[in-house]
Amino acid sequence: MSRANRQPESLWAIAWHQLRRNRLAMLCLGILAAYAAVWAYAEAVFWSARLRDTTPAYKMAHYDLRNQPPSLQHWLGTNYAGKDNLLLVAQGTRIAFEIGLLTSLIVIPIGFVLGAFAGYFGRKTDAVITYLFSVVGSIPDILLIIGIAYVVHGAVERSSAMQTLTRSIDSGLLSVCVAMGFTGWVGLCRLIRGEYLKHRDRQYVLAARALGVSHLGIMFRHIAPNVLHIVIINFSLRFPGLILTEVVLSFLGVGIANEPSWGAIINDAKQRLWLGNWWELAGATAAMFFLVLALNLFGDALRDALDPKLRTAPPAP
Amino acid sequence: MTAYVIRRVLSVIPILLGVLMMTFLLFRVIGGNPAYRIAGKNATPEKIAQITRERGYDKPYFLNFENFPRQLFDAQFPRLLGRLLRGDFGESITTKEPVRDILLEGIGPSLCVTVPLFTLNLLLAIALALLAAYYRNTWLDRALVVLSVVGMSVSSLVYIMVAQYWLAGEWRLFPVWGFEGPQYLALPLLIGVVAGVGGSVRFYRTILLDEMYQDYVRTAHAKGVSPRRILFCHVLRNALIPILTNVIIALPFLYTGSLLLESFFGIPGLGRMLVMAIPNGDEDVIYTETFLGSMLFVLANTLTDIAYAWADPRIRLK
Repeated sequence: MSRANRQPESLWAIAWHQLRRNRLAMLCLGILAAYAAVWAYAEAVFWSARLRDTTPAYKMAHYDLRNQPPSLQHWLGTNYAGKDNLLLVAQGTRIAFEIGLLTSLIVIPIGFVLGAFAGYFGRKTDAVITYLFSVVGSIPDILLIIGIAYVVHGAVERSSAMQTLTRSIDSGLLSVCVAMGFTGWVGLCRLIRGEYLKHRDRQYVLAARALGVSHLGIMFRHIAPNVLHIVIINFSLRFPGLILTEVVLSFLGVGIANEPSWGAIINDAKQRLWLGNWWELAGATAAMFFLVLALNLFGDALRDALDPKLRTAPPAP
Repeated sequence: MTAYVIRRVLSVIPILLGVLMMTFLLFRVIGGNPAYRIAGKNATPEKIAQITRERGYDKPYFLNFENFPRQLFDAQFPRLLGRLLRGDFGESITTKEPVRDILLEGIGPSLCVTVPLFTLNLLLAIALALLAAYYRNTWLDRALVVLSVVGMSVSSLVYIMVAQYWLAGEWRLFPVWGFEGPQYLALPLLIGVVAGVGGSVRFYRTILLDEMYQDYVRTAHAKGVSPRRILFCHVLRNALIPILTNVIIALPFLYTGSLLLESFFGIPGLGRMLVMAIPNGDEDVIYTETFLGSMLFVLANTLTDIAYAWADPRIRLK
């Protein structure tokens, strides 16, 4: 096939070629794949115990093996109840990924749809949506997250409808994800709105309109594929922040309590660090560090490959 | 210009009302009757009924149509609004102290931590970012970027726990806990800078590098200006605009203090009060800190916009 006849390369293919050449990004992708494997394993352990109604190995307490330092049997030692720390850290990986996914299930639909409507229709729709995200964006993030997590926690404890729901999702996990989801959509919404503003007067959109495609069709079938990379970049750069915020929420007592999230493990390790038990803290910190580092570096590379113009602001102190 | 300033200042009002409405919906409507949270887990129904009556949670949310129109505004939201406008922020449930006094007591220690922390962080970050931008694409630049990302990838909780245990506990280099003199601030500041500087370095480096590829830099280079002079006199000056925006936006967050540093080191600031207010269900404290934080943020935003309009006439016309 001659060069001229070849299909032009898509944005994704070009980005993939660029990523392939970036050795650091490929290393990070490998690390992420390893974490995904641990996640799949932890998910299998969790659900098989759940479905068979047994206590999973990571929740098994061995009081004769309390506070053991790392050894060949327990690579990361054991905690105050004799639970194996390595198994707990592996379950923490599961929680971290679940947080990333569940939060995104809230952030992406809200942020994308509102941003698309605001940017595409402009005028009053835009004014209303801009007002909405200015209000949410004005409340300091961490305060709003704490507030929502706190309120959702309380609501779950009292209402029976919520308790049916939390039989399938841990109540702490739910409140953490709802809290981070309802604060996190603002950033995505701003970006998507800006993109739709740019795209709505492009020729392909005018052509589609002339052919009689409905507004929704133009917004979600014609423009959406052209702004999808923003969603992916936003996700990969937001994910590490979610993992770090979860730790703070655990410390504040509005985090995950019944499952061993990394935040819960670190928070549990707090007192026993003063007894010299460094391994509980070290295990969860190391697991978290490599995932967050890989996500940060890979997210940067992905952004450079897909959209060099985007920039990330540092989190407020 | 005057018209622009007036317009911009007036636009603050709906945003603040929105913030208030949002926190109201969150704490009173979605969260259910706050009396349950205040009374705690083992409260009797009588106790809850009493708190509900005392604090007016049995009133309608927005407008009261009972005895219309005499008590139209005898409802929860209008009462809250009126109270806040009078500067009455309610009282703490645990200590019965007015929230205003709590705020006045806590703001000093909070600022003692956040202001030096913010300044140190900013200066160090700009210095390192300049270094990285000057030696861009060399090993030094790459090392700085990787170190920044590494620094950002450790939870701030871990920094605090490790530093407090080893530096203060084991090696006795710093006091472990308390707020009695400047030496008590040394370790929190050190931790805060180490934990926070990475993200800022990365961000400022991007801004500086963005500026470096502008035409005026090439022109300056062509007329023989030294690279050092280009960086400090041309690039830094232009890059200061986005950097300053970022700084002004971050300023309101100084007042809440640092939640984690304050609670780990026993600094009696607003952050620690907030952390203690959460498990106690101390609604008025949480409420007031959230509202004041948002108010300062909106004001800072407005001031930035006005400063821009003053500096750049094109913005006023939009």
